[in-house]
Amino acid sequence: MSDSAGVKDVTAEKLAEIKEAAEELSAGDRQKIVTPEYMFFEAPRERAFITGSEAAKEAIRRSNVDVAISYPITPQSETMQQVGSLWAEGYVKEYYRGEEEIGVMSAIAGSSRAGARSMTATAGPGLMRGMEVIASWPGGRIPAVLLIMCRVVNCPLAIQPDNVELAYLLNSGIILFHGENQQDFFDYTMKAFIISERPEITLPVAVAVDGFFVTHARGYVNIPSKDIKLPPRNPYAEAVPAMDNENPPARLSRDAPIQKSNFISYHVHASWQQEVWAANDRARRYINKYMGGLIEVVNPEAEIMLIASGSAVSQSREAVRQAEEEHNTKIGLIKVRSLRPFPTLELREACKNVKRIIIPEFNHMGWLHREVVTALYRHSTAEIVPGPRVFGGMSMPTEMILQTIFPEKKFSF
Amino acid sequence: MLKRYNIRMAGIGGQGVVTASHILSNGMVISGGESTLVPFFGSEKRMAPVESYVRIAIDRIYEIGEIIYPNVIMIFHPQVITHGKSYTMPFYSGLKQNGVVLINADTPINLQPDEVRELKEREARIYYLPATTMAREIGGTDLATNMAMVGAIASILGIPDMPSLEQSVRERFLGKGFVVSGGTAALDNVIEKKFAKKEQLLKSNMSVIAAAYQYANDHGWAATPQKASV
Repeated sequence: MSDSAGVKDVTAEKLAEIKEAAEELSAGDRQKIVTPEYMFFEAPRERAFITGSEAAKEAIRRSNVDVAISYPITPQSETMQQVGSLWAEGYVKEYYRGEEEIGVMSAIAGSSRAGARSMTATAGPGLMRGMEVIASWPGGRIPAVLLIMCRVVNCPLAIQPDNVELAYLLNSGIILFHGENQQDFFDYTMKAFIISERPEITLPVAVAVDGFFVTHARGYVNIPSKDIKLPPRNPYAEAVPAMDNENPPARLSRDAPIQKSNFISYHVHASWQQEVWAANDRARRYINKYMGGLIEVVNPEAEIMLIASGSAVSQSREAVRQAEEEHNTKIGLIKVRSLRPFPTLELREACKNVKRIIIPEFNHMGWLHREVVTALYRHSTAEIVPGPRVFGGMSMPTEMILQTIFPEKKFSF
Repeated sequence: MLKRYNIRMAGIGGQGVVTASHILSNGMVISGGESTLVPFFGSEKRMAPVESYVRIAIDRIYEIGEIIYPNVIMIFHPQVITHGKSYTMPFYSGLKQNGVVLINADTPINLQPDEVRELKEREARIYYLPATTMAREIGGTDLATNMAMVGAIASILGIPDMPSLEQSVRERFLGKGFVVSGGTAALDNVIEKKFAKKEQLLKSNMSVIAAAYQYANDHGWAATPQKASV
């Protein structure tokens, strides 16, 4: 169709083209972008009864993820498998299986530096294998999300949950959250993307849960509609801009001539790490804003306080209930949501009048105990009990916690 | 009668122990209560030990993970006891005082004198249910053994109610199926091929559950049904 001047009327053609393109939109493209605030606090939610792996999947579906890279290891495998089906459904733009964990973690560093919102997940020995690269992420200012499903890493090896592996992450500079249940896994994962990409933070965030107890067990999760998603990453509004034709890759290792001992190289390293940890600390503001604080306190007036993270919180909640209903004693509980940054000031405040602190843990060496002792040194006169602890994959019987609370009573376990 | 029951299910690979735990657990949730469960298995193969831990309650549940001190133990296969095919030995290890042991066997199992004494000290109630025989006669397949176990325990504990269990079975086989692993998915296909229509499979499973529920009622094992509200 042409008019008298011979100019083609393209409107009809264009419309058909647009219509065709609309039909090719992926499921992710059809999701409506909402603000993090709307997604986290305002969007209507429906209650589902799902596994932790499914909760992670639903979080990723709504997180506008560009790149997901998987490598199987129990008990994580189901989670990244679910993310694979998200890719098939069109909610995740790129997805592939890496060679092994060092390869996966390296690829995450690359895709994140290139500006893509990137995520992966691993567990136990897989985390240990990927650690070489993970330890370099914070210094590389890599915004990314790493999901961790804790399992035994030490000998005798097992696939059961034991969270000693988190001890290795505490000193890396990564922001580290420890979820208690399926709901936490859903919420923390979405919030991790937003916190990770804040300009003043620009760091990787790890969201850990204890394997099987959370990943393979079902629990109630309140989730917003799948028709909405978080805003995309803006890789140019970060501490280190994404690499492209105008921003060449930064060389983050020392060049050979200054590799050896000299004042400048040490000074560079010191200031670089200082900034990584300062950025880590700046996450507090957003943890307070989006996650309700670094800690949650139950029965703040109690003289005996349990301090726990992960699955140990659930067991402690049950111990608190039994202590009140069956032994007529009110026990306090502090759930530590964020391990890095660590809630030092919050714990000092919450433990001001506490006489006895009990720290149940799902690992042998008791990393949370060490953290708490360090935080409270000269700020509390409370007796700090190192334990009770289970490890190698055992669940903690609430009787163990009750026995520590009431040493004069006899509990069988 | 308790508000919360901690159940350890022990059986052998291929019997649908994990499936049974999901049906019971989801039934409890459908009835308005709470439930958590954790399966425990090694390599997925027939005749290998399998355990599943289920908490069901008409009230809030906080605990998660493996159940070390159960109030209820369900033994899906006599070999768990007679051949020691179990992660937990003896089979009643950790059983709380006044607990329940439901065993799938046509006739009582000849227990060791120590076992008899220890179970007596704990004042355990021991029930023998011919679950596999019922599954074969009523459901037409041994594979419905797990359904019989679920039906009987619902009567013994008084939770969850039968309509909720039926809804749970429906969701498991007809609706938004929950697949734990590749092994479970493969077994589902085998079961489904046995039945021309999925509706027929559902009906057959439900009749086994109902029969076992009735069997427990008839033998005076039933608890007063409780209503869940969380």
